[in-house]
Amino acid sequence: MLKYTVKRVLLAAVTVFIIAAITFFAMNAIPGGPFDKEKAPDPAVQAVLEARFNLDKPVAQQFIIYLGNLLHGDFGISLKTGREISQIIREKFAVSAKLGGMAAGFAILLGLILGSIAALCRNRWPDRVIIFLTTLFVSVPSFVLATILLLVFALTLKWVGVFSTTNPNYVLPVISLMLYPMSYITRLTKSSMLDVLGQDYIRTARAKGVREGFVIFKHALRNALIPVITYVGPMIAGILTGSMVIETVFTIGGLGTEFVRSINNQDYPMIMATTIFLAVLMVIATLISDLVYKLVDPKITFD
Amino acid sequence: MSTPLLQVKDLCTSFNVDSGEVRAVNGISFNLEKGKVLGIVGESGSGKSVTAYSIMRILVEPGRITGGQILFNGEDIVRYSKKQMREFRGKRVSIIFQDPMTSLNPVYTIGNQLREAILLHTDRNREQANARALEMLQLVGVNEPEKRLKQYPYELSGGMRQRVMIAMALACEPDILIADEPTTALDVTIQAQILELMQELQKKMGMAIIMITHDLGVIADMCDEIIVMYAGRICERGTADEIFYNPRHEYTKGLMRSIPRLDTNHARLIPIAGSPVDLTNMPKGCAFASRCDRCMKICLTELPEELDINDDHKAACWMNVKQVYDEAAAKKEAESK
Amino acid sequence: MTYNADKLPKKNLLSLQIDPRKFEWASDEEKAQHETMRESTTFFRDGMRKLRRNPLAVASLIVLVCLVLTIVIVPMFYPYSYEQMISVNGKRDKTAKNLAPFQYSKNEMKAIEDGAKIFPHIFGTDELCRDYFIRVLYGARVSLAVGLFASLIVLVIGLLYGSISGYFGGKVDMVMMRIVDIIYSLPDTLMVILLSVVLNQVLGTTLQGTVLAKVGTNMISLFVVFGVLYWVGMARLVRGQILSIKTNEYVLAARAMGAKPGRIIRRHILPNCMSVIFISVALQIPSAIFTESFLSFIGLGVQAPMPSLGSLANAARGGMQSYPYKMVFPAVIICLIVLSFNLLGDGLRDAFDPKLRR
Repeated sequence: MLKYTVKRVLLAAVTVFIIAAITFFAMNAIPGGPFDKEKAPDPAVQAVLEARFNLDKPVAQQFIIYLGNLLHGDFGISLKTGREISQIIREKFAVSAKLGGMAAGFAILLGLILGSIAALCRNRWPDRVIIFLTTLFVSVPSFVLATILLLVFALTLKWVGVFSTTNPNYVLPVISLMLYPMSYITRLTKSSMLDVLGQDYIRTARAKGVREGFVIFKHALRNALIPVITYVGPMIAGILTGSMVIETVFTIGGLGTEFVRSINNQDYPMIMATTIFLAVLMVIATLISDLVYKLVDPKITFD
Repeated sequence: MSTPLLQVKDLCTSFNVDSGEVRAVNGISFNLEKGKVLGIVGESGSGKSVTAYSIMRILVEPGRITGGQILFNGEDIVRYSKKQMREFRGKRVSIIFQDPMTSLNPVYTIGNQLREAILLHTDRNREQANARALEMLQLVGVNEPEKRLKQYPYELSGGMRQRVMIAMALACEPDILIADEPTTALDVTIQAQILELMQELQKKMGMAIIMITHDLGVIADMCDEIIVMYAGRICERGTADEIFYNPRHEYTKGLMRSIPRLDTNHARLIPIAGSPVDLTNMPKGCAFASRCDRCMKICLTELPEELDINDDHKAACWMNVKQVYDEAAAKKEAESK
Repeated sequence: MTYNADKLPKKNLLSLQIDPRKFEWASDEEKAQHETMRESTTFFRDGMRKLRRNPLAVASLIVLVCLVLTIVIVPMFYPYSYEQMISVNGKRDKTAKNLAPFQYSKNEMKAIEDGAKIFPHIFGTDELCRDYFIRVLYGARVSLAVGLFASLIVLVIGLLYGSISGYFGGKVDMVMMRIVDIIYSLPDTLMVILLSVVLNQVLGTTLQGTVLAKVGTNMISLFVVFGVLYWVGMARLVRGQILSIKTNEYVLAARAMGAKPGRIIRRHILPNCMSVIFISVALQIPSAIFTESFLSFIGLGVQAPMPSLGSLANAARGGMQSYPYKMVFPAVIICLIVLSFNLLGDGLRDAFDPKLRR
């Protein structure tokens, strides 16, 4: 287990390094360079930038300096606002984390419940309804879904308030962000549950006289959960990127909105910093979900 | 005569699948007395396992019992409620399965799974259950039982797992143990050990055993009675000696020719030609007819009934009728001369 | 005896009165007729039968075929163009802004009164007085093309890479798979965004004047990104399939007879993992369409004036309350396409995936 953990952590570290490298060199490849005069808002900021990023030095050296800064939590300065990017990220990510955390929690909880129901009522109406709806939810782009929800429930029916900084109502954003991963987990849980229910050890449990509820919750669910755990990493990644869309639609001032804005403004240091920050989060999420997977699944030998 | 421990009367079990109704078990009847060993033999798909699952009522969708009775001490368990059935399973009748590699839940320890069975059916508390689990593991000959209790199934070999399965099945001292091909998935040397263990335990604990196998050799010296099944029906039954030395159904004879023996000079084994019938579309007459070397016209149109060969032996084969008929005809001829 | 002789039917053999002719041996023909064998089916035929029985998959296939025929044929004789303003009698019609479905503009009404025949605007018009129906059709064309082309790139690269890695195994496999591992662990959406931002700037100047310029740098960068990042899933799938098939006896037999690696891969291995690969491609298409619409949303989609379903739906978000239909039409078509591919993919998997067969 230790060996495996070390191996995975090393792979994750390599991945983070590669992401940083790709991001940095890709941004440097843009004609004129990311800190071009035209794009700087005023000469004062430009002067600060040049001094800060040692633009006279070779690219490789700049990269090492940039990496060193990253390790100290220094992401540079936004071209658009002139603020410390680390500060912007800290401030905006709090909002995104709240939104994403709620979405992830509900997605897992509801996905597991719905998936189990669908598996147990196989080929009866609850199964059909659940599978129809979840198939529909994974087939609608999130911004369309979010816009429709916003229009119908907030603007037309006025059941829920529109999100604003004074009155932050997370209901609709969380639902819009949650539906895709929830549907995915539902489908995953269903197929994994069906697979497990067909296993011999379930027959053994029934033959022992275990009551049906225990067969499902003690013997089946725990085995069925194992494949779902592997999805948690990708789900966090999906929620972080999905958050860009949802935050923009609901005008929530989170990191997602900030990222989309920086792309439209061609605020390169901001794009670079946010990409690396989100990428590191995703890599960590995947790492954790892989390690947990190994922990709960005793079938797998640790090599 | 007292009522037998288990009476199966005209049991029918079917699976409804896309291509029609698969009649896996097609009206079989047999009795099992206390403390006896009954062997059920047949090739894959003959309905042996389905019979066992029907008795336990652990058939998986879309399988269901479509007719007949299963009387345990005179009570029909087909009519049992779910709750009654839960108390019946594991306590009255237990089962061990073919593949020990997949029959234990991979995410729980051996101890946990043994304890579960004990706690379900006895008044023991957790500690007593643990003690009982340990005792059972010792009984089935698992080495280092204390350590095993804390281990997960993947840490044990196939033979060990099958021993654990046996321990689990016998933990609540059931009246009947059903062994569904308990040795098929194991190495030959381990097979012998497991069979020996089962015989030993049977003597010690005195439960009745239904031994299901496709390998006649496995059960030869273990069973009091043997039933030979083909395509969901019983084609022959009798004591082990009768079945082995005096088979009276063409299918049984075929089975006999296909097992290796040391006491005869057969140069080679003779397989039974063809493959089992399509159970969704059962032919008229004898199900074995198309594969039978000595098939007669009547076999294709009329289902042979089970007829007594002697007190210890019944067979459902038209050849027996023909034999009697021929003898009678020969006698008549001799008389007329 | 263990069974109770009283309870089982007991008959005296001699009491039976049976016609002696029935006891003649049956001929082989009679025996053969007796048994109604299950009709033997091939893997493919059996799968097709299962697929045909799945109404959702059949419906999806029909929807997709209809959709493809529509977007290919209809624009050929549709009177409006997707990039130009509607014109009445050769003059640009500025009154045709944001028309509702089947509504005519003032100028068009006049023209109709004068006896001219004007084709109705089935989906209305957009804010630049362009016919919306043809824009949605073109959008569907672009989106589908993006999906198909991206999947094709993924298929080709993944198939080549995966089969080489899986077939040769050993060190080659290890090195190739470590590369895949690393690419796999990169967060794809972020990399798509990053590469799109960069390639936009880099390609923008170099492509000017070439045919590719019309496709738009964003599209090209999308394809590049698919070619660079998304093939790893396919490569892993193909490798896994090949590894499991490689150990089969018939492959060993072919190798023992001296068949070359290329021939073994083509003749023995690929046909056996085709079904899994096709299913994966069918499911890749909707994911590519999704990615495109996501990029359109954050402003990195197709180049104006070329529409894609994603960019149309995104553009319509602003006027959502006044002109909801502008959102609804492209959104419904995206859903229809993605849903159909998903259902078809699921149906194919149920019908052909060997793992699900018993």
